[in-house]
Amino acid sequence: MSVVFEKTSLLTDKQFHYCPGCNHGIIHRLVAEAIDELVKEGKLEAGNVVGVAPVGCSVFAYDYFNCDMFEAAHGRAPAVGTGIKRSKPDTLVFTYQGDGDLASIGTAEVVHAAHRGEKIATIFVNNAIYGMTGGQMAPTTLVGQKTTTSPYGRDEAWCGAPIKMSEMLSQVPGAYYIERCAVNNNANILKTKKAIKKAFQYQLEGKGYCMVEVLSTCPTNWGLSPVEAIKWLEENMIPYYPLGVYKDKGAAEK
Amino acid sequence: MALTLMKGSEAIAEAAIRAGARFFFGYPITPQTEIPEYMSARMPEVGGCFLQAESEVAAINMVYGAAGTGARVITSSSSPGVSLKQEGISYIAGARLPCLILNVMRGGPGLGSIQASQGDYFQGVKGGGNGDYHLITFAPSSIQEAINLIMIAYEKAEKYRVPVLFLADGIIAQMMEPVEMPEMVEFHVDPEKKPWAATGWKPGDDPAKRAVINSLFINTEDLSAHNDILQATYREIEKNEKQWETYQTEDAEILITAFGTVARVAKSAIDELRAEGVKVGLFRPITVWPFPYEELKAEADRPNVKALLDVECNEGQMLEDVKLALNGTKEVDFFGHCGSQMPTTEEIKCKILAMKEGK
Repeated sequence: MSVVFEKTSLLTDKQFHYCPGCNHGIIHRLVAEAIDELVKEGKLEAGNVVGVAPVGCSVFAYDYFNCDMFEAAHGRAPAVGTGIKRSKPDTLVFTYQGDGDLASIGTAEVVHAAHRGEKIATIFVNNAIYGMTGGQMAPTTLVGQKTTTSPYGRDEAWCGAPIKMSEMLSQVPGAYYIERCAVNNNANILKTKKAIKKAFQYQLEGKGYCMVEVLSTCPTNWGLSPVEAIKWLEENMIPYYPLGVYKDKGAAEK
Repeated sequence: MALTLMKGSEAIAEAAIRAGARFFFGYPITPQTEIPEYMSARMPEVGGCFLQAESEVAAINMVYGAAGTGARVITSSSSPGVSLKQEGISYIAGARLPCLILNVMRGGPGLGSIQASQGDYFQGVKGGGNGDYHLITFAPSSIQEAINLIMIAYEKAEKYRVPVLFLADGIIAQMMEPVEMPEMVEFHVDPEKKPWAATGWKPGDDPAKRAVINSLFINTEDLSAHNDILQATYREIEKNEKQWETYQTEDAEILITAFGTVARVAKSAIDELRAEGVKVGLFRPITVWPFPYEELKAEADRPNVKALLDVECNEGQMLEDVKLALNGTKEVDFFGHCGSQMPTTEEIKCKILAMKEGK
């Protein structure tokens, strides 16, 4: 008998703590499989991987990714990743961050990591809400969306329109590759994995800063079932946050 | 060995490199900007990394990242910048990472001044960031002493897995003195000596050896156990690492306590007073954490000591530790200035003479 499928070795056996219907589990697996494939393809030496976990729902990512891991202060993962990468330039360094972490408290760190062309990759999981603290408004929360700190719906006149990080970072000269994906269906899950792998490959080639934004659901804090949450993401988030490649210097160079 | 005339900030930077520092992350701020400037030129010469961060917040988190790989890392700043670093310092202390942090103190609070001050004593030795932690904190009073302490700083930081802080007032960084610069130390990350560092664990290796650089312990029992380790480490440091200097204490009737540059001013005052027949001595903590409480108490307990005078370039911060050491056994008077005005020899003399006359 031949093995047709096995769990990636880049994930530990620790059971995820994520809520039912949360997309973090899928995205974790995609990141781990992308690394695994690069190792199997001989493009990356096993053990030359370091991940940086954020503060937010994925704060325990260090328990799940089966490699050396750092837990960063809220928003500081790109700075921590910078320190790691400068010390170990041959190591694949990735940060895994949510939208509160990256798009609010950590804007300076992510913009300047991109600006320096830091050879790290960021997996940016955007679910338009603060999950871990219980569903507060994020900079990415959609206009009209109700959260525990925008109980009447986000008012654009009062707190601005949702921030679009992929669009913004694609304007930074040092950013090499920026793509927005989603994991709402099988086709998009495969596309997301391809994007993550591409970001890692660019890093290994020493190209520059790469970010893959992944639109994700939060059924618990959105107050929806997992199936309804996917539908809400498709009907509300994707129109405001269009999927696609925002920057790919690699494609432009070819 | 020949003496070289060097500016404090440059001597401190060179000493750090000779002690094995190969990563510097910082941000310009007066009066320590010569340190990053020096590092930007010197690091490439030794195959090291100088990186100007977008903020002090980012710089200290870069330190967290690089220190977690086992490298010898340094950052420097001055008071308002060190305030910004407190978040990262707390995480570094929590994650038990060795590193070197320089605070070239200027006047405060807020933007304060750009001249020398000792106003960050509380911040340095009583916490600064959140949680129960300490940093080994050196307060050098000459450039040579700063160099010598930097040469042992990484060994101490790595032995105890504790960050080391230098509390140097602006004068230490800005003045020039003849110094003897030690030889370059050979340093390489040894995964055997730093099993906690991220040095390339891979699936299939012993899961217990996977590096997780972290200060989060969500279960209260785990956090409690982690803090027990930290506290046990601090007790060890208190036992082994106190440093202090005494000057003319044997027959002193008034004992001055002072640290850093102020202690040197105090020494001048002591020499002049002794020439006039006034018996004064000095107790100078070199480590302000751990503070040499028992050692100060022993000096103050001499029957000839009538009273103590604490002198600082702040409104009396170390004074609290001096009083803790004395525990009410003798009078402790205070003289100091804020506003970056160094107490002068003349002022200290006047104060001592007034104390003698019971004024």
